[in-house]
Amino acid sequence: MVVTLDAELLDIALRSLRVTLTALVIACAIALPLAAMLAVRRYRWRRATIAVLNALMGLPPVVVGLIVYILLSRSGPLGALGLLFTPTAMIIAQVIIIVPLIASIAHQSLRDLWAEYHDLLISMNVTQSQKVRTLLWDARRALLTAALAGFGRGIGEVGAIMIVGGNIDNVTRVLTTAIALETGKGQFALALALGFILIALAISVNLIIHWMGQTEQESRW
Amino acid sequence: MVSVMFPLVLQAAETSRRGKRLIGPIDLSLEGHGVTVVIGPNGAGKTTLLRLMHGTARLNKGSVQWACDTAKAREAQAFVFQRPVMLRRTVRENLMYPLRLKGARKTDAHARAETAARAVGLEDFLERSAVVLSGGEQQKLAIARALITKPALVFLDEPTSSLDGRATRDIEGILQEAKAAGTRLIMSTHDMGQARRIADDVVFLVNGSVGEQDAASTFFDSPKTEQARAFLRGDIIA
Ligand SMILES: Nc1ncnc2c1ncn2[C@@H]1O[C@H](COP(=O)(O)OP(=O)(O)O)[C@@H](O)[C@H]1O
Ligand SMILES: [Mg+2]
Repeated sequence: MVVTLDAELLDIALRSLRVTLTALVIACAIALPLAAMLAVRRYRWRRATIAVLNALMGLPPVVVGLIVYILLSRSGPLGALGLLFTPTAMIIAQVIIIVPLIASIAHQSLRDLWAEYHDLLISMNVTQSQKVRTLLWDARRALLTAALAGFGRGIGEVGAIMIVGGNIDNVTRVLTTAIALETGKGQFALALALGFILIALAISVNLIIHWMGQTEQESRW
Repeated sequence: MVSVMFPLVLQAAETSRRGKRLIGPIDLSLEGHGVTVVIGPNGAGKTTLLRLMHGTARLNKGSVQWACDTAKAREAQAFVFQRPVMLRRTVRENLMYPLRLKGARKTDAHARAETAARAVGLEDFLERSAVVLSGGEQQKLAIARALITKPALVFLDEPTSSLDGRATRDIEGILQEAKAAGTRLIMSTHDMGQARRIADDVVFLVNGSVGEQDAASTFFDSPKTEQARAFLRGDIIA
């Protein structure tokens, strides 16, 4: 009983990690270049884009879940893909939830760095893509922090993935949805155990990334 | 390249910002050798004039004409700012940056960074973060970084304004070496001693206009305008 439970727990924890890390990688690939472009380009809708981004940060995950559900449901525009109630649907929902958060935090530090570098890089006549790459590279520690915030939000999120994933045993059940389920059933001990795993997971990922940033810094000085 | 770029000719050149004229109309012709020093009171427009010639301040009226294609001329220029801009990287990586932008191979850039650091006395700091250097060391690094691509022309905007005597002397030495190597220098300063030591010719700015342009010896020994005389005496002029 304990053995099967442990195997199942491990399975759920790994699924949580897989879904959120995948969403995080995709979200960073979207959010970081977007944040850098917003920092260095002076186009007409820049202010509006930043305002929208900041507003989207406060988007209730449940609403994101609902919208993704409608898009992916059989009669929805993307219904033919058959993605509803799959981990992919959960990844999509998490990407939508964490992109604005990562982009917004990243934008602040990239904007500050750009203010510092502006005169030099303009004088050196760098191309737009060289600018972006320089900023992303030199702000990488701050960007790591942005990514961590995104991970934290993703791994602990329950509303959206419950809706689009369906909390199906062995398929889309992750730590947060399992906790919700077990709590609902009155299985508090199990729910608490799951909760501790979730916390441990979040802390260890934070520590690993923090440690990566630390060694990076030491090697520079 | 210097001989191809020069003379640089400004005709009735003006820079404005939000409808307010910062400098101009400026008529100026600069030849392709030596050190031109731009002097004048605070707010006279020294920084703006250097930027205008470099192409990073907007030209609102008149013309700034190189003897060659403007883009080609720009390729052969570097700019050193009053407050050094340090990339948040090591000294070596700061020096490698412009080389890498111009497509130099990593190993090549790595080695040239070392030579450049040695030339300004920063060879012991190569692997140190540039942002923790002292003000004088940062400005030396900024100058070495500007010189590393062997530009024909380097602009320097009051490069020693916040430095002590020793760092100032070191930097003047570095600039003399660059000049000896054939690099054309156009710099601003409010340090008249420095201007006398380093200038071959002088552009004296007052209120955004050229008050006087002359060979350094002529300017310092027998200034033509009353304003220049007053300025050299240390009087406060408009
Ligand atoms: N970005 C700017 N916006 C508005 N006014 C400016 C700006 N930069 C410079 N000025 C003004 O232009 C004039 C010339 O400035 P500057 O070129 O910095 O003079 P200097 O370098 O000789 O002290 C000053 O009156 C200054 O206030
Ligand atoms: Mg100035």
